[in-house]
Parts: sequence; structure tokens; C-alpha cells
Amino acid sequence: MAFDIKNPGLATTVQDQGRRGHYNVGIPQSGSMDQYSAELGNVLVGNTAQEAVLECTYLGPVLTTDTDAVIAVTGAPVEVRINGEARPQWTRLQLNAGDELSFGVIRGGTRYYIAVQGGIDVPEVLGSRSTYSLGAIGGFHGRKLEAGDQVPVGSPLNGGALPDADTVPEEFRPVFEKEQAVRIVLGLYDHRLTDEGLDNLLNGEWKVTPVADRMGLRYSGPGVSWKEREQPFGAGSDPSNIVDAGYAVGSIQIPGGTQPIILHRDAVSGGGYAMVGTVISADMDLVARAAPGTSTRFIAVSLEEALVARKELAERKKNARAALGAHS
Amino acid sequence: MSSPEPAVLEARYTWGGDEFLFVEVSESMSLAANFKVMSIAAKLSAMELPGIVDVCPANASLLVRFDPDVLPPSTLEETVRTVEGDLTHHQDQALETRIVEVPVWYDDPFTKEVAERFREGFHQEPGGTDIDYAAKVNNLKDAAEFIQRHHEQPWLVSMVGFVAGLPFLFQLVEREKQLEVPKYLSPRTDTPKLTVGHGGCFGCIYSVRGAGGYQMFGVAAAPIFDPTQSLADFKDFMVFFKPGDIVKFKPVNEAEYDGIQAEITAGTFRYRQVPVTFDLSKALANPEGYNQELMEALNGV
Repeated sequence: MAFDIKNPGLATTVQDQGRRGHYNVGIPQSGSMDQYSAELGNVLVGNTAQEAVLECTYLGPVLTTDTDAVIAVTGAPVEVRINGEARPQWTRLQLNAGDELSFGVIRGGTRYYIAVQGGIDVPEVLGSRSTYSLGAIGGFHGRKLEAGDQVPVGSPLNGGALPDADTVPEEFRPVFEKEQAVRIVLGLYDHRLTDEGLDNLLNGEWKVTPVADRMGLRYSGPGVSWKEREQPFGAGSDPSNIVDAGYAVGSIQIPGGTQPIILHRDAVSGGGYAMVGTVISADMDLVARAAPGTSTRFIAVSLEEALVARKELAERKKNARAALGAHS
Repeated sequence: MSSPEPAVLEARYTWGGDEFLFVEVSESMSLAANFKVMSIAAKLSAMELPGIVDVCPANASLLVRFDPDVLPPSTLEETVRTVEGDLTHHQDQALETRIVEVPVWYDDPFTKEVAERFREGFHQEPGGTDIDYAAKVNNLKDAAEFIQRHHEQPWLVSMVGFVAGLPFLFQLVEREKQLEVPKYLSPRTDTPKLTVGHGGCFGCIYSVRGAGGYQMFGVAAAPIFDPTQSLADFKDFMVFFKPGDIVKFKPVNEAEYDGIQAEITAGTFRYRQVPVTFDLSKALANPEGYNQELMEALNGV
């Protein structure tokens, strides 16, 4: 069973929950940028959270299926079409052999997800099916999809059992807004910022620029200033430089003090720019949904608050599963 | 070393959100700091503590990814602090590693072609070459002397990362002999695969084609990242380098470079390499003498 890609869309890749344990050699975690949306798509079609999905960026693919398939489209708001007819998102849909799946124009956010019963069945590389394009590993031959690709789909899990409900209730769907409050834990090299620089970071309005992809998102805003110092040996000459170090996923660096960059799931694993804080794990999906122009405020929280938010997100996923009557 | 190295004091602990602990061993780069980082990383990894996802040693700091649902942050910090405390005599320790000969075509046409596309607005000296600039800022006579200095003494892989399998390299010489070159003014959007680069005091080999800001001096002849794992050196893992590896660059000319390409195509290429014990105190006491010993280990391989 396979999806036949007629038109690949802008950047459609195979993703799952990500690749763990190889960050120490520069292989990023990858995985669906908006894990929450991808996971609920999987739940709708009777998959576990681990199954691979197709991540679509702004412009989705046009594909046909060679056998009957059960799918769901979650994530950013977009018109879903089967043989040209509009169908709802966040709902389980039936595709019959030969049907064509296509998409309208995205109405907010950045990425939506096609989950299919049985999951996208590409081989695992280092324990994951996620695509890491720069290293050309995982996913479909290590790259985004192209026209003519035959993307394999796995067999249904759990004897084809599906959750009782076929639609994710409104209360469990994420919102895609043009304003975001992103919670961060200050730290790493925040002590290198001046008081004014820290004040700008936390009280300024920052806008997502078009320079935003799976590696990271760049923001424009008031800029920050760094404390003057004699740079340590090996650190480089700019006050925003450090001796090249490991980068936390979600960390915020501000090269030259001008435009902050939040590193996301395909980020480089290290480099020579000072990080001043890190987006909490519970808000990484939120950042992933931020389209260019999104007005953003960074809210400093404690590590303890970050852990509470993490538990709340896990609870929300559990409740969403329960609301759907999921069996897997 | 002959010049006083800053003492490596107690590390600084700080959080990268709720999944990362960052341990800064030293603000500045030194062999002693890197050695301490590697010792902490090795000890921590060997503990196989449930909830530790990644232990990432870097040049002078360490990043630990953990799952706070399994391992509470306070327990992790306490554990790493204990490991650090136990290493107060870390300078007595030796590192079991290997020395690897890496053939490089210096001043090659591939990096030259790319460099020519990124001059005005990118490079400090748009009218010149990266090697000439590097020679000048290091007060060396010419490019040939820079190349000589680059390959005559070995380098330590002080970190692997940025992109898949990219080694950061720290030359095993006194601080005043270390080659220092500023990065490009603005990063390039293109760097040939296997470019031998340099930024600040660090050398590197770009494992994949892509963006980069380091000066470009040449191209390594053989792969260091092989997702297909077709060559024997990649049988166990697609990434060749590990932190702690010692690298001896060997200059090759075009004909030798082509010969290596033929071996790679035939699937017969293997890196010349041999296990060695790296002793920090010997390296600090007499770097070049000790390097001689290390390099001699490669003879007859």
C-alpha cells in the first residue's frame, strides 16, 4: 500500500516523534514540529503516537492512494479536499483506492499533518523514521517528497481498531493565532546581557521573520545589548560569541544582539553564539505553529513552572485521547 | 605548557529549559578544560542513568539532555556535581583514544570556487584568498607556511556537532602557537562537503555541504559521515569521529586525491589509524615532543 505523490507541495517530509540519543554527534532530534497535532492525528486513525506522519509546510501535496486508507489531517487550518470536495480537519476520513487528496490555502500557522492508519512505513534510521534533510537520513530517502514518489503505508495496528469518536472536540484543538506568549527559562548565558538587554528580551515585542524553518525561527524586534568584556580565548571577537558549545533545543541565541533565533527540532547541535534562555518543552509546539509576522512576547518562568506546564501538556494529551475513546 | 594556562575551576551549572543541563567547565578554551569535559562525559555516560537522553561533550562545556519525567533535575545536577567532584585529580588521567591520518588537498579548486562566490560583504579581504588572509593574521610568511603549520602538528577532536559528524579540532600546541583566524564577516550559504575550515582557534571538517562561517583552506579526501555505511570505517556507525580522537592532517596533491577517490569508489579506502593513550600531563609539559611520540604510532600502519 502506498501514496502516489502527484505534486509534493512546498516541503512535505516524513516525521515521527524524533530521533533520540545522537545529538552528541550533531544529529538533531528532528520529528514533527507540532508534536501535539501530529499525535492527535495518529490517535484518530488508530495509531500509537510513534507512527510516522506526513508533515506539510504551507502548501500541501496532491496525492492518490492505491488502496483504501483511513486518514486524518490535523495541525494548521487548511481546506482538505478528497477528489476536489471539501472535508473537515481533525476528523477521521476514508479514502478509497484511487482517491485524490489535496489541499486549499493555509489559513494560519505553518504546518499540518496527514496521519494514516498503519503509519508511513519508511525504514527506521537510528531508531526513527523522521527526515533529517541536511544529513540525508531518515524519512523518504533522506529528503522531502518529490513528484512521482511512492510513499509506503504500513498495515493497520491493533487489528485495525479505531477510537470510538471520529472527531477531536474543539476544546482539544490548538489555536493558531497571530499573537503568542512563549514561556522561557532564562539561563545559559543570560548573565552576559545588560539589564537593558534583558529588559528588551522580556518586555519587547518580537515578530517572527520569514527566516523560519525546521532548524529555527528568527525574530525581529528591539534588539539587545551585551555586557562589554575581554573575550575569553577561543570565543571569537563579538560579545555575543562564546567558545563553541552545545545548543539546547529551544534555546534562544541573539547573534550580534540583533535578531533572536529560537532553535527548533532540526537545529544545529552547537556553535559559538551565546544562548540566553530556552523555550520550555511544553511551548515548543506553540513556537512551531508561529507563522512569519506572529507577534511574540517571551515570558520568563522558573524551572519548576516549566515542569508543571510539562505535566499539564501531558494531561491534556491524555484527556484528548480519553475524549476520543482511544484504544491504543 | 610553557605559557600559563588558566586554572580550570569549578564548573558553572545552568538549565536549558526543562530538558537540558548545561555545565560550563571554562569560559575560555584550553586542553585542560576540554579534558575535564571529556572525563565528566565519559563517567556520566558509563553510569547509564535512566532518564539521561544525550551526553554531549563540547569544547569547554557539556550539555546533558534528560527526561525530567524520569530523572528529576535536582537529582541530575547532584549526580553531575558528584562526578565533577570526583575528578579533582583529573589531570592524572589518560584517555584511551586513537590517532587518525586525514589526507587533505590544501588550496583545492572546490573551496576556491565557492570562496570566490562569497567575497564582497562576506570576507575581510574580498580581493584575496582565505589562506593568504589566515597567513597574514597569524604573522606568517605566506600560505605555504600556514599550510605547514596546519598539518605538522596534530589536532584533538574537542567536540562533534553543529551538523551530523562535524569535528571541531583543537591543535595540540602551546597557546601562542595556535592558529587563530576570525570567521567570515557573514556566514556563507554554501560550503563544499569535506571543507577543512577554521574559525577562532578551532579547525573543523564540514561533514556535509551547507552553510558555514569558517575560513576555507582545503578539502579532506575521504568521507567522515557516510549514511550509507558502505566503507569499512563506517561499518559500526555512520559518523567517523568521536570526541577525543587525534587527527594528523596529511597534505596530498591532486593525483593522490584522485587515487583516494578511486579507492572510495571501489569501497577499499580505509583511514590509517592506530589506538593510542593520550596523557594530558605529558601533552601539557612538552606538547611537540609528545606529539612526536603520538605521530610515530602511525608509522608502519
